[in-house]
Amino acid sequence: MRTPIAYFLLLGALLFSMGTVGVLVNRNALRIFMSVELQLNAVNLTLVAFARMHNDLTGQVLAFFSMVVAAAEVVVGLAIIVSIYRRRRSVDVDDVREMRW
Amino acid sequence: MVETLTSHEASLLWVIPALPLAVAALNLFVGKGLGRWAGVLATLAVAVSFVFSVAVVADLLSRPAGERLALQHLFDWISVGGFRVGADLRLDALSAAMILVVTGIGALIHLYSIGYMAEDPRRGRFFAYMNLFVFFMLMLVLGANYLVLYLGWEGVGLCSFLLIGFWFDKVANAEAAKKAFITTRIGDTLMLIGLATLVFKFGTLDFVPIFGTASSVLTKDAATVIALLLFAGAIGKSAQLPLQVWLPDAMAGPTPVSALIHAATMVTAGVYLVIRSHVLFEVSGVALTVVLVIGVATALFAATCAIAQFDIKRVLAYSTISQLGYMFIAVGMRAYAVAMFFLVAHACYKALMFLGAGSVIHGMHDDQDMRNMGGLRKAMPITFVTFLVGALAQAGIPPLAGFFAKDALLEVAQHSGRSAVYALATLAAFLTAFYLGRMLLMTFFGTPRSEKAEHAHESSPLLWIPLAILAVGVAFAGVLELSPDGRLAAYLEPVTGAVRQVSGLPFLTLAGIAVAVAVLSLAITWWIYGSGRIDAAAFRARMEPMATAAQQGWYADRAYDVVFIQPAKALARMTGDIVDAKVIDGAVNGVAGLVKRAASGGKLIQTGFVRTYALVLFVGAVLVLGYIGVRV
Amino acid sequence: MPLDNVVFWVFAPISIAAAVGMLVMRNVVHAALFLVVNFFCIAVMYLLLDAPFLFAVQIVVYAGAIMVLFLFVIMLLGVDRSDVRTERLFLQRPLAIVLAAAFLVEISVAIHAAVGFSTLAPEGFDQLQANGNAQAVAEVLFRDYFFPFEVTSILLIVAAIAAMVLAQRKVRAVSQAELDAVEAEAVS
Repeated sequence: MRTPIAYFLLLGALLFSMGTVGVLVNRNALRIFMSVELQLNAVNLTLVAFARMHNDLTGQVLAFFSMVVAAAEVVVGLAIIVSIYRRRRSVDVDDVREMRW
Repeated sequence: MVETLTSHEASLLWVIPALPLAVAALNLFVGKGLGRWAGVLATLAVAVSFVFSVAVVADLLSRPAGERLALQHLFDWISVGGFRVGADLRLDALSAAMILVVTGIGALIHLYSIGYMAEDPRRGRFFAYMNLFVFFMLMLVLGANYLVLYLGWEGVGLCSFLLIGFWFDKVANAEAAKKAFITTRIGDTLMLIGLATLVFKFGTLDFVPIFGTASSVLTKDAATVIALLLFAGAIGKSAQLPLQVWLPDAMAGPTPVSALIHAATMVTAGVYLVIRSHVLFEVSGVALTVVLVIGVATALFAATCAIAQFDIKRVLAYSTISQLGYMFIAVGMRAYAVAMFFLVAHACYKALMFLGAGSVIHGMHDDQDMRNMGGLRKAMPITFVTFLVGALAQAGIPPLAGFFAKDALLEVAQHSGRSAVYALATLAAFLTAFYLGRMLLMTFFGTPRSEKAEHAHESSPLLWIPLAILAVGVAFAGVLELSPDGRLAAYLEPVTGAVRQVSGLPFLTLAGIAVAVAVLSLAITWWIYGSGRIDAAAFRARMEPMATAAQQGWYADRAYDVVFIQPAKALARMTGDIVDAKVIDGAVNGVAGLVKRAASGGKLIQTGFVRTYALVLFVGAVLVLGYIGVRV
Repeated sequence: MPLDNVVFWVFAPISIAAAVGMLVMRNVVHAALFLVVNFFCIAVMYLLLDAPFLFAVQIVVYAGAIMVLFLFVIMLLGVDRSDVRTERLFLQRPLAIVLAAAFLVEISVAIHAAVGFSTLAPEGFDQLQANGNAQAVAEVLFRDYFFPFEVTSILLIVAAIAAMVLAQRKVRAVSQAELDAVEAEAVS
């Protein structure tokens, strides 16, 4: 492969920061969740790039585990969002404000 | 100075204080159920202790003079570092005399109390306290070191408080008990400082090493300090100037209490203490002079107050203070044997008069004002006769005990060249006879001045039998033989050291002067109070305002109130209202308020917005990364 | 120009554009679909990085399962309406963008310091997976990371049960009498 490996890392960093902006700026819980998935993917990309860089398959295995856990997380997270929606008829995270002063 | 005595182990000494203690505990816990047996058991406890005391003293006397010392080590009380104090008992000539007085007169007073307190529902408690008092008093005089003595000292103070305030539902009685305790506490605290100084100087509180090495270990000034601190305790306990104010008020307690504690035993603890510690006082020299001066001042002061009292018990109270002053005069002149004889004789006739007064009060249905009495000698003959014996004894009429005691004291004063003391003591004797005569005449002679006096009657035998026994004792106590080179002195010599002999006027001359003074005083009182030629009330009115002043104890109470008590109360009020409420509470509440305000402000961080939290999290992450980046 | 360079420079911008689209789209369903595009591009990146197994897994799991699940929930909840645009938290947007930029700069500096922008990937990766990538990954996975593998499987089961419990509607127990009553009504 003739692409400098740093480019993959930079791509991952860029995608991660975009995902962060999405988490901070959005109010819709589903959008926030999707931005988190974007972040996770960016990190997976970085891991695989490091695996390639260091000639060690551990990075790929870790990315694999990350995907599995992300899947489980999505399942449970969406179930939570569904039950919150059933209660409040809204998925706006700014409305979930009870735990405050 | 003091011969070193060889000691032997006394195996039964502990029984003497243990018996009253055991019965006290019994009465304390089951006294209510025992009913009249509470008093009987209590009396038996003290009586049996008396028998044991006689046995133990007889054993002591059977030995030669150089071996009259019995020690008993009960257990190790304190053992810290190099400082050891044992629960040790010591029987020598001095403590032997004291335990005989305490248990003997104590038993008679307990017997009297059975009758006197027969209708009181709390008599179980009463007898418990009385026995407890006897226990502590015995520990005081039997102690072989200052700490056991102090244990007894504090214990008798406690029992005095409990007994003075026995009828506590009347506020005045509780106040009197409180006053007694607080006033003696002042002396006790100084005495404790004295004990501490003794430990500091000698490393021990045992009598034997302290008295043995005192002259070499202590400088004159150190000895003066210690002796005066110990004497301060004696001033408190024996109601001498300036701590005399508690004793007249202590008459609020039941009469047997006044007889036992405030005439015969507790108040004499001060005299015992000084005689016991005489080595320290002699090393100092100055301390003895202080004792002498205070004794003279108190004797005169109290005698003037006694003349003006209307309450029969208060006359006797001031009389006790005055007589204790006499004892301290004797001690101050190093005439310890005289002081001891005075102590024993006084215990007998003062107890007798107090019990007699109790009988009178009983017959007068609890009226104590002599102005309401009169002519009681016809209604209460036995009380009258025994009381007369006691009063004449105290006045110094031969051949009763008091004559020998007073005369010996005056003799020592005159022989040792202390003419001022001799003159003042004689003046006090004159006043003594005066107030005694006045008391006798107002109470027993003349016509009854009130309803109660007209209907008075003699008391039950339970009350007058002890009176009779005491009267007999008083009448014949002169046998003990007083003079500085008499038998009592010889008996006490191993403890007190030999008495200096200086010569002066012969014995008969001095005796004659003393008796003449007493008779003259009694004659004057007869003329004023008994003959009917003088209106006593008008006479008194002409003596105003001195008469009222004397009756009020020369306003000592009021002076103390203004100088000490009101400022102390004001200080307490200030501390309570200002320091405690505003400063301390203010600080604590202020801290709480501060925390509250901080929390009020701080809680605003919890906005509840998840996105804010996420933002802050991210800020932190960026900062940390930046820091690491800069470092690396 | 080498093929992998071309592939990279085609799919990297597409993935970035897809990410931007996801952020910007008003319609949530559209945003989700853009994210799917982004996932596909990432999968291609994996291919470029000699991880064909992960390429397959990425498509199957992420694009195929996770995003489908997302779309199901979006449509189930009916939240495909457009969202309100005004931001009520003070400084949230500006700060987010600034911080993201700062973060990017920091990472770039780190990458530059550690790796360097023009270093190529070292050789020798092919020896590692001489028998194929899947076999190599399997060897590492089932040998060195066997325990985490088992734990993760338990995690999946737990997640599935949790989802079922969380999302269920409370169902009242029905008695036989009620059942008969309902049936009788249905008949009549």
